[in-house]
Formats: sequence, structure tokens, C-alpha cells
Amino acid sequence: MTSTKIILRGRKVVGGCAEGEALVTRDTISGWGGIDPMTGTVIETHHELRGVSFKDKVLVFPGAKGSSGWSAAFHLARIAGFAPKAMIFNVMTTKIALGAVVTRAPAVTDLEQDPLSVIETGDWVKVDGDRGIVEVTKAEITKKTPL
Amino acid sequence: MLDGAEGPAKQKAMDLLVRYGEALGAENFVDVTNIAGVPGSSTMFLHEYYKEHGGGSFEDVFSRFDLDSDESVPFPKVGGNCCHLQGGMDPELWGQQGMSRGAFEHQQQDEAELVRHGVKLLKTCTPYLAGNMPAYGEHCAWMESSAVVFCNSVVGARTNTEGRESTSAAMITGRIPDWGFHRDESRRGTHLIQVDVPVQSVMDWGMLGYFIGDAVQENIPVLIGNGVGKLGRPDLIRHKHFGAAAASSGGVEMYHIVGVTPEAPSLDTAFRSRKPQATIHYGPAERRRVYETLNSNGRDLNVDYVMLGCPHASIDQIGEAARLLDGKKIRSGSSLWLFTSRAVKSVADLHGYTQTIRDAGGLVMTDTCSAIGRMLPDGTKVVALDSAKQVHYLPAIMGIEAWFGSTEDCIRAALTGRWSGELR
Repeated sequence: MTSTKIILRGRKVVGGCAEGEALVTRDTISGWGGIDPMTGTVIETHHELRGVSFKDKVLVFPGAKGSSGWSAAFHLARIAGFAPKAMIFNVMTTKIALGAVVTRAPAVTDLEQDPLSVIETGDWVKVDGDRGIVEVTKAEITKKTPL
Repeated sequence: MLDGAEGPAKQKAMDLLVRYGEALGAENFVDVTNIAGVPGSSTMFLHEYYKEHGGGSFEDVFSRFDLDSDESVPFPKVGGNCCHLQGGMDPELWGQQGMSRGAFEHQQQDEAELVRHGVKLLKTCTPYLAGNMPAYGEHCAWMESSAVVFCNSVVGARTNTEGRESTSAAMITGRIPDWGFHRDESRRGTHLIQVDVPVQSVMDWGMLGYFIGDAVQENIPVLIGNGVGKLGRPDLIRHKHFGAAAASSGGVEMYHIVGVTPEAPSLDTAFRSRKPQATIHYGPAERRRVYETLNSNGRDLNVDYVMLGCPHASIDQIGEAARLLDGKKIRSGSSLWLFTSRAVKSVADLHGYTQTIRDAGGLVMTDTCSAIGRMLPDGTKVVALDSAKQVHYLPAIMGIEAWFGSTEDCIRAALTGRWSGELR
């Protein structure tokens, strides 16, 4: 199995380093009413990740939506032991900024390439929050996405 | 404050706000004088968890959860105009809501602490109906998406959608990051909405809000009526239902209605002389589609529960429910719960509305709602709702079927046990 590494540069949201398997969605994520903090899964009715757990994953998503309980829901997931390891997202909002801070997971945004196009679920991703650097290791080179 | 000179609580609160401000990319803080949040409220889970991890007192939960601190710090008296938004149960009818005495007593202890520290117990998602109306231009730090959109759009005060931790920290420090809706450039309209069909009733304003939220997501819609009589002048209740719906299907935190809302005296002012990113039409087809979307969780016409008061009912809405129920009886086996704030309920009591609703078999409850408190009458399978926001959340959270219609449709369902609503 061959592997290839891609480096993406962006801006620090929350510092620290973490690595893990990517979980990627093109749907924005709701906190309160959108995830179950006590299991770390997405519960929103029409969400493409419905029923999927983000525990210990590097969550790659467009951003946050919905209730102002976003931060408290992810905060609760952290203390219950079901938080993601790191977050990578595109659109900055107060919900996600505060949510990322209290989840205490390294987080970056404003990447030079769209992370939703570059990163796929299952890739191994290292996030260096302080330097705003994301290192993506593709599990294998797939024929459909020449890089 | 950050250096600890003003005490450990301000230091921890400021540390959190600095981390939050850096995450946003904000360069400064703004002074806030009006803060609405849910400080120190703990569910039994949080209470038990912190008992094992540092202590289960109000102060422990406030320090470790609200301020995201690794140590407990003394909770000082709050500054400015601070209030507590909705909570977990009715202070009298908690038993009927399925709550335990332990949970109720725990809530009473939390409330005593809040009062002692100067936080007003408004206990509502509509603080602007219960004693906290901000002033035009006032910098606020509010939670609750439906209250945030009201604060920015209808009042012209300034707030982002804050969270529990940031509002609690702001109550102690009087600061919030100077970002987003605190700044003029972020309040400019982005999308033009042309309303081509008459929008007059509360139900119609809710549907229009739900349509717009889905269409513009996080952006700022500017509404105009395409012809005389298309867009009525919304009153308080219509603004409340419109904004709540737009903040549920999308992330609308501010809207402009030309000639109506304070920052939109003209189309040009609303867009601050720029061009709209897009023009979106709302006509009969769109109206029909949004009605069908809001009713997509309904199949069984037998309704066993009617929930009113999302966002919390105004005194006029309770009066309307009382008028529709006066001298009638809710069908046996069905329930009707109407939610409001403690302040508005005291007026409803005075007018006899609470008693009229009770005589018909319904209950007026305060503090919470079925979605926030995760509470339903025993055996509920199908609910009827007059709120697009509640239809958005309740079926997903509680796994039940739901119908959406007017208040009158809902009350008819409570009286007959059958859903007979339709788009008129």
C-alpha cells in the first residue's frame, strides 16, 4: 500500500496537536438537537452522518448551524468522553468558535484549499492547531482522484 | 482582569473570552450591558459528573462548565442587566411533566444561587416579553436563536448568537468579542426576498420565515412586498414566529423588512448601497411547498397532544387560546400544554385565561417547552403545533409525528382528537 501526504495551511482556531482518522461531511452540523453528546453521534433527521459517531475522529465539516446550544452540546460530549480529536472547518461563526474552544480539540480554518475536497473519510489527519497546519495521509492512492 | 487583579472568577472568565476571541479572529472586545444566558444550570448528569470531578456545588458547575476552568472559583455578583433564559421544568407542574422531586429540588437550589448573585430569573426564550427589552444600538450578549434574531432585527440592538459559556463569562466581565453583529459592516442585507403572495396571518409569517431560513442559511435577508397588501405590517407575535422559524431552518440572526425594521428605512439603506447577492421570490408555489415540508412528519390523523407557545406565548396568544377553548372540553385522552414565561403567566392568571384553559382540560406551563425539557404527556405519538420552529425540532428530538397549522387548527385538533388543518 502506498501513501501520499498533503500539507494544508490555514489559521489557528484552537491550539494543540492531535491526529486521527478523518470523518468528512458536506452537511453543516447542529449542536443541540443535532448531536447526542452522551454517545457522540449525529442525530439530525436528514443529515448524511445520522447515526455515525465522531468520537476520537478528526471532524471535517463546512461549519456549525442551529441552536445557540452548540457549544454546550460539544462541551458535554467532551466531558462524557465522546468528543472529536480535532476539527477542520470552512465557515467561521460564533457557534463553532466557542464550541471548538470548549471542546478543547485542536482546530483550524481558512485553509488554502477546500478541506472537504482534499480530505476523505478514512484518511489519517494530523492537526497542528498552533501553526495552523494540517497533514493529510491518504490511506492509498485512488485512481479516481489523481493528486 | 486577565492578570487576576480583579479576582479569580474574572480571570477565568477573561481567559475563556480571550481564547474565544482568538478563535473568531476578533481584535478587540466590546462592552456589553445586557446579557441573557443559562448560567450554572445543571442537569442531573452534570451535577453527578462534577461531584466526581472537582465538586457538585453550583459554584463548581459554574466554574468548570460555564467558565471552562480546571479549578473552582468563587462566583461573584454579576454586573449589568443579566437574565436567565428558559429552563428545564415548570416550578409547579413538574410532576405532570415527568420530572423527579430530586431534579426539582436541585433546580430550586440553582435558582436561589442565581437570585443571590443578581441574575434575573425570567426563565423564558422570550426575555423581551418578560422584562428585558434592550435599547436600540445596545451591545448585548444573548443566547437563544429566536431571541437573538429579534434583538438584532426588531429592536436594532446588537448581539451574536452566543453560547452558554460566553454569556456566563460576559455576565462576570461585561465583555464579548467585537465581531459579527456588533460591527456595522456585518449588519448589511445580503439577499433580496420578494414576497409575491399575501402574508398576513401568524401561520403565514412562520412559513415565510421557514422558507427564507432554508433559502439564505446564515445570510441576512431583506424583505419587500411585491405589490400593495402582499407583505402586511408584522406585529410582535408575527416577528417572533417569523424570526424563530428563519433561525431554525437556517441560521438567520438578522433580517430587514423595508419600511418596518429600524435599520431598513429604505432598500438602499438595508443593503448599505451594495447590490444583493441574489433575489429570491416567495409565491404561491413556494408557500405550498413549505407547508408540505412542515407537515412531512405527519401521517396519523389522530392527534393526542397539542403544544402551543413556541417561542413562549405572548399574553395575546394566551388570550386567543382561552377564547377558542372557552366553555369547551379537550377530548378525553388528548392533552394541550401551552408554554409561556412566569411574567406573562401572572398576567394570564389575572385575566382568567389560565383558568379558562384549565377548565377546558389544558394547562398553562412556564419556564420550558417539550423540546427543551424533553417532556411529553404520557403516550404521545402525534403532536399538533402552530410553530414552524417547534416542528423543526420536536419530531427529531422525541421521535414522534407532528402536524403544523394555525393556532385554530391546533385547538380544533385538541377538541376533536383529529387533525383537519389545511392550507387556505
